[in-house]
Amino acid sequence: MTDADKPTKYRLIGLALPRHDALDKVYGQTKYADDFTMPGTLHAKVLRSRYAAARIVSIDTSAAERMPGVHAVLTARDVPRNETTSKFGQTHSAGGFEGLYRVLADKKVRYMGEAVALVAAETPETAAQALRAIDVVYEPQPGVFDPVEALKPDAYRVGEEDTNVVCSYKVRKGDVDAAFARADVVVENEYRVPFGDHVYLEPESGTAWIDEDGVLTIRASTQVIEHFRDVADILRLPHNKVRVIAPMLGGGFGGKEDITVEAYLALLAYRTKRPVKLTYTREESILSHSKRHPYVMRYKTAATADGKLVAMECELISDAGGYPFLSPWVLLYSTVMATGPYKIPNVKVDAHAVLTNNTFTSAYRGFGAPQVCFAYESQMDAVAAQLGLTPLAFRMKNYLHTGDELGTGYALESAVLTDETAERALAALGEPTKPRSPWEKIGRGIASGMQSYGRLVYLHDSSRSFVGFELDGTVVVRCGVQDIGGGQTSSIAQITAEVLGVSMQDVTVYFGDTALTPLAGTTTATRMLYMSGNATLKAARAVRDALVTKAAEMLDASPDRIAMADKTFRVVGDKDHSLSLIEVLEACASDGIPLSNLAQFNAPAREVKESANVEGQIHPDYTFGTHAAEVAVDTVTGQVTVLKLVAAFDVGQAINRLSAEGQLEGGTACGAGYALLEDVKMDRGRTVTCALDTYLVPTAADLPDVTTIMIESGGGMGPFGAKGIGEPSSTSSAPAVTNAVADAIGIRLTRLPVSPERILTALKEGQAKRDDAVSRRVPELA
Amino acid sequence: MLTSCTNAIVLTVNGDDHMLVVEPNDLLINVLRNDLGLTGAKYGCGTGQCGACTVLIDGQPTLSCITLAVACDGKKVTTIEGITGPDGGLHPIQEEFLNENAVQCGFCTPGMILMAGDLLQRNPHPTEDEIRHHIKGNICRCTGYNGIVRAIQNAAQRMAAGEKPLEALGTTVREVVKR
Repeated sequence: MTDADKPTKYRLIGLALPRHDALDKVYGQTKYADDFTMPGTLHAKVLRSRYAAARIVSIDTSAAERMPGVHAVLTARDVPRNETTSKFGQTHSAGGFEGLYRVLADKKVRYMGEAVALVAAETPETAAQALRAIDVVYEPQPGVFDPVEALKPDAYRVGEEDTNVVCSYKVRKGDVDAAFARADVVVENEYRVPFGDHVYLEPESGTAWIDEDGVLTIRASTQVIEHFRDVADILRLPHNKVRVIAPMLGGGFGGKEDITVEAYLALLAYRTKRPVKLTYTREESILSHSKRHPYVMRYKTAATADGKLVAMECELISDAGGYPFLSPWVLLYSTVMATGPYKIPNVKVDAHAVLTNNTFTSAYRGFGAPQVCFAYESQMDAVAAQLGLTPLAFRMKNYLHTGDELGTGYALESAVLTDETAERALAALGEPTKPRSPWEKIGRGIASGMQSYGRLVYLHDSSRSFVGFELDGTVVVRCGVQDIGGGQTSSIAQITAEVLGVSMQDVTVYFGDTALTPLAGTTTATRMLYMSGNATLKAARAVRDALVTKAAEMLDASPDRIAMADKTFRVVGDKDHSLSLIEVLEACASDGIPLSNLAQFNAPAREVKESANVEGQIHPDYTFGTHAAEVAVDTVTGQVTVLKLVAAFDVGQAINRLSAEGQLEGGTACGAGYALLEDVKMDRGRTVTCALDTYLVPTAADLPDVTTIMIESGGGMGPFGAKGIGEPSSTSSAPAVTNAVADAIGIRLTRLPVSPERILTALKEGQAKRDDAVSRRVPELA
Repeated sequence: MLTSCTNAIVLTVNGDDHMLVVEPNDLLINVLRNDLGLTGAKYGCGTGQCGACTVLIDGQPTLSCITLAVACDGKKVTTIEGITGPDGGLHPIQEEFLNENAVQCGFCTPGMILMAGDLLQRNPHPTEDEIRHHIKGNICRCTGYNGIVRAIQNAAQRMAAGEKPLEALGTTVREVVKR
């Protein structure tokens, strides 16, 4: 439950309103990517490599091409520009951050499941048969599957470059070695986290066709409609001849930030001149599309006896898989946030992203922050234990506050209320639960986190939104956001309705269409509310100002005395004079005063420094919060039951209380899955968890009711002082759960997920160590 | 073109009889989505592990992505499109899904609502634990299930107080679909 609905200075902002997109969804009427079919649609399938590392000796497509019902079989040589630089909706070049995007494998395959050929046919069955008729001769290569191995000078080269290192970053502040020498407590550990799959319930899907105006149109499940530029580049078409439409998405979580089906569909539709549809199977989605990065993380943390952190040294090695995609960006996030929401005078971070022949890795809710949060929050508990302090007491002595510097030297500018979130999260756990049996152990844990919202300042991020009245007083918003399910367009409707004095039902939001909606950037990086919310606010205020000015003229009053609400303009303090919204709209229209406005919002921007040394401001701002968990561990089976979960965050200002609460609940659940269940297992590049009975995600029976605590400092950079919470809500959830497990069993597991097998092994090893200690003591006693 | 293997079947879907000609390996989800245009049942995994394709067959929750259409000959199928409240408006379960923000991306929603209806018909006063176990075959990746569980609890209270249970609609012949 959240804070009670307190009185607010806003009419609609902060209220718990049913989302405007939810009605169609409960009726089952929302048309997701695969729910849309054009007449005469062909069905596409993708031939994927059966090897993780191989040379392609030859590809013979002739038999497939001859099959009745097959309209196109494409390989790398059919792609006008098969290799481009992967951009992610940004309009500003980001130099070294941009990696190779290869549409179809050429000469070499770099991971199992890499696309080798495309087929379009009359039916899905025919397309599947055609795939089997394509003869690819591979020459298997040894490959390399461990990023630490891949760093070695003589390691197999995954790509065409002379090294497997994608990028390296470092942070240097103070002198860690001197601090370690002086410190009272030094704790050193190595942590490992696994590959993760997003399991958006809607697999990758889309349909492409050539419209009557000759524009290649792609309607696909994507978080980035601005991949239209990449698609145009791949086909060597002008950018204005490719249109991308994103309907409502069945989840994204970062997995639909990279191109998925768009390029394949575009190539096939352009070749066949027919509409083409492609929906991945779940197996295909898990096998071939991006994963969360596994990391190997070596942490060394030092504190003084009075509980002050004095140094943190981190070495991060990230497995980028077969292609870079967003690995450089994700690694940069990890580098900046490696030391968490703590004030530390001496910091040393060295981070490397390394290619392997595993499935490629890229964006996943948290974008490099959850990996390091698991490590630094495990370290915090370990150091606290050595100091004899409680996890909360130790953290309270070290949290960052407004004005404090990160390791990069950037001083935090906005509100930082981590202390309050931690105290309230822990308090919300209430009385400890009693064990149900002698072999059940109860444990509690907290974890605090920091996570950026908004994209890297290097990207010069911007968003645009159009807000306008129709003559009947209804409102249209055109904003090129993608609605991935978090209430993105509903929040835009709510902001617009607030400013223009209408109800949410009066607002229609057109979204996600490069031809119809002003480009608003990606729905990623917890940036949508911050960027497009601000752009919409700016546009709505401009419309309001124009109308108020006109109304003031008509009412013969100064504009600052005009109140606009409930579709009426009134002179403050004068009950006799008012105008209806329609009257003012008609007067404006008649006088040639625009009823609409197109506004742009620009985030803070910096130029890219071509240096591995990360310094200064990297993100616009950060969100801070704390998770708390109580777990029961069955020491006979190793099974963990999550009894209580709390998420306490400074959200700045909730726009829609229901949506904000929903993000906190869902993000927390996602983190609990990361802690206990989720693990894409690969055996020499072959994914062995290609279905949802082997890749486990939390079900309703695995989770308790998540308690959410929203603090509204009003200190964010989003509209009305909002901060972003889409990703932050997930970041610190996993270490809260694992810290609770460590508290329960007295042993800290340094590898995710904390599975029953690992718990039992740790308990056995712990018992063996105790037995060993006892047996060695016996002679001394005797 | 009919082959010797095709079968003519009759499905009563949301109260309407449909005569369909299907292949022996046609899955119910594809017949509903592609032939009848009822896209409320979703493909999420194709292996019966996520619950997004849930429909009711003769009142029983069934995974339409692993059910052969021929096996449903003569049966009553209820999809999300067949669920409405007393006046054709929102059913109490749907209304509570809205009120409690049980809907985020909405892709699991049709299956969740049908499972909720099934539960409340069998067990009008479920505990939170019973609700969680009843819907554990339906994956939701957005909500953490909080809103969904709350919505089902609220709907249970309202329906116990006399509001309409979830039931299939009356039968009328509306269209015959040929392939």
